[in-house]
Amino acid sequence: MTDNKLINLENISKSYGDNIVLDELNLYIRENEFLTLLGPSGCGKTTTLRIIGGFETPDQGRVIFEGKDITNLPPNERQLNTVFQKYALFNHMTISENIAFGLKIKKKSKEYIKDKIKYALKLVNLEGYENRMPDSLSGGQQQRIAIARAIVNEPKVLLLDEPLGALDLKLRQDMQYELIRLKNELGITFIYVTHDQEEALTMSDTIVVMNQGYIQQIGTPEDIYNEPKNAFVADFIGDSNIIASTMVEDRLVNILGTNFPCVDTGFGRNQPVDVVIRPEDIDLVKPEDGIIQGRVTSLIFKGVHYEMDVMANGHEWLVHSTDLFPVGSEVGLYVDPFDIQIMNKPTSEDEEAVEIEE
Amino acid sequence: MKVPLNVKNKMFQKPAKDSDKEFKIGRVNQVKLLSFPYIIWMVGFIIIPLLMILYYGLTDRDNNLTFKNIALISDPINRKALLLALELSLISTIICLLLAYPLAMVLRKNHKTSNSFIVLIIILPMWMNFLLRTIAWQNILEKTGIINSILQFFHLPTLNIINTSAAIILGMVYNFLPFMVLPIYNVLVKVDKDVINAARDLGANGRQTFLKIILPLSIPGVVSGITMVFVPSLTTFVISTILGGSKIVLIGNVIEQQFRLGNWNTGSGLSLVLMVFILFSMAILSKYDKESEGSNLW
Repeated sequence: MTDNKLINLENISKSYGDNIVLDELNLYIRENEFLTLLGPSGCGKTTTLRIIGGFETPDQGRVIFEGKDITNLPPNERQLNTVFQKYALFNHMTISENIAFGLKIKKKSKEYIKDKIKYALKLVNLEGYENRMPDSLSGGQQQRIAIARAIVNEPKVLLLDEPLGALDLKLRQDMQYELIRLKNELGITFIYVTHDQEEALTMSDTIVVMNQGYIQQIGTPEDIYNEPKNAFVADFIGDSNIIASTMVEDRLVNILGTNFPCVDTGFGRNQPVDVVIRPEDIDLVKPEDGIIQGRVTSLIFKGVHYEMDVMANGHEWLVHSTDLFPVGSEVGLYVDPFDIQIMNKPTSEDEEAVEIEE
Repeated sequence: MKVPLNVKNKMFQKPAKDSDKEFKIGRVNQVKLLSFPYIIWMVGFIIIPLLMILYYGLTDRDNNLTFKNIALISDPINRKALLLALELSLISTIICLLLAYPLAMVLRKNHKTSNSFIVLIIILPMWMNFLLRTIAWQNILEKTGIINSILQFFHLPTLNIINTSAAIILGMVYNFLPFMVLPIYNVLVKVDKDVINAARDLGANGRQTFLKIILPLSIPGVVSGITMVFVPSLTTFVISTILGGSKIVLIGNVIEQQFRLGNWNTGSGLSLVLMVFILFSMAILSKYDKESEGSNLW
């Protein structure tokens, strides 16, 4: 990944009738970056991708590609290729005809096309499928052909619109690693759209969290997970305890009546804030060692860890722990100061958690 | 009615609960049972009449086997009627295709709500009686008909369309156009928008996308449209009688006359020849039509 800005979206707005899908969106994508647009359905992520691909025109704003304004350029004149959600293979053509489609349009030589087909099929582990028809392939295989069909054109950017959405869990996980490998081998920019936060965290260099047409946070997977900017991001990325609290002073927050030391500064004195504590960041200890005390009210075995609800200070805390505390046991809750993430209160509806815990 | 009763008894002997396999067998029988009314219909009104035509066509009045009826197609009048019917139905089919395909493309692009309205307008004429519509055209095209009255009113030269091939083609196109539009429209709306986007994405311009993606994917609809226009055009005698007068005789008129005159054997023989032409054209078409779009109806 370099610092070269390859694509720049400037003040992009788009609405369908009364429905505003994107509102003054600004975003840049660096060369050789794996950038994921993440958000719930209707957040505008697919529309953003389609505007970059040229399938939609923004009502307002510009799309800059390598310094040139391509806002009104049709898709066939853009140096990028797309992998569609439902594969969109040409069912009346064989696999090699599908892969050759873009190259034939560009009038490449027969030899070149033949080599490229071979190379692309090898890259997606489907050697020997040249003469099969698309509908004789499984979903995962079809999606890999769709990727092969796109990358033979040597695009500078590959757009992927929920490409794994139609696949089952195991295949999806395998394909995630395939995509990372492909990205590294090809050395090109990937712009990936998904609503699956795990997929986004696994593959991306940069995640753009979107909701209701606005960008909520841009950052590395670690940033997004550990330091969510608002309740929406905290809630959408993984499980979390989001609790309305008061910032007493710098490095001290009052959560449900108890003062917790933290590391955040600059929120002012006695200001209402939201606090995010990840369930795995809460340590269950002996009652006297905890900052607050509570009682375990439910226990579920999740494989890697136990998921427990602990009632303390009138709030159900979600806790993940590898240690087992049976239902009814008295426990202490301890949170390291740097595991407490302080956020400003949402200023608009799109920044709110889907279900905020008061 | 013995057979369906047997099937029914079997179903009662083997309750569906027994096992999955038997449940399936029961279901298959049930499905077969449902098709019986149609099978009886088909045998009574399609298979038996066809066999009768075959029988009459290959025999003379004294029930002796003969190919004379079929050979009558080489009679100059009959041959001319067949060739003219082929020519006119081919022209009508091409005109229908040229009118229908662009329309279907427009319908595909438009929003769905306005589409149902346009489709309704296309189908609307079919709500009126076929004969009535054709007679209406006769009134419009007649020497003293509506068009010529208007032309005369403005002191313009009058048209002589009635009783010409052009009038028959007009009648065929008017009556059979919906059968071309609907199957083409049906395949075109099924083409995934992202498939077209993918072609554009891979560098194809509008023309290339149409020729390499949309057109090949719509072939089944085109084939079925051609069949559904060409076959009834080739066999029609009503349109040619009403709009062609006595001057223009198509093979359909010849066959009709033979039956009216009581020459069942000659009429059947000529019908068999016509059937060969239809089967031959359908065989050619079916080569291009892998997933048939209703053309099996004919």
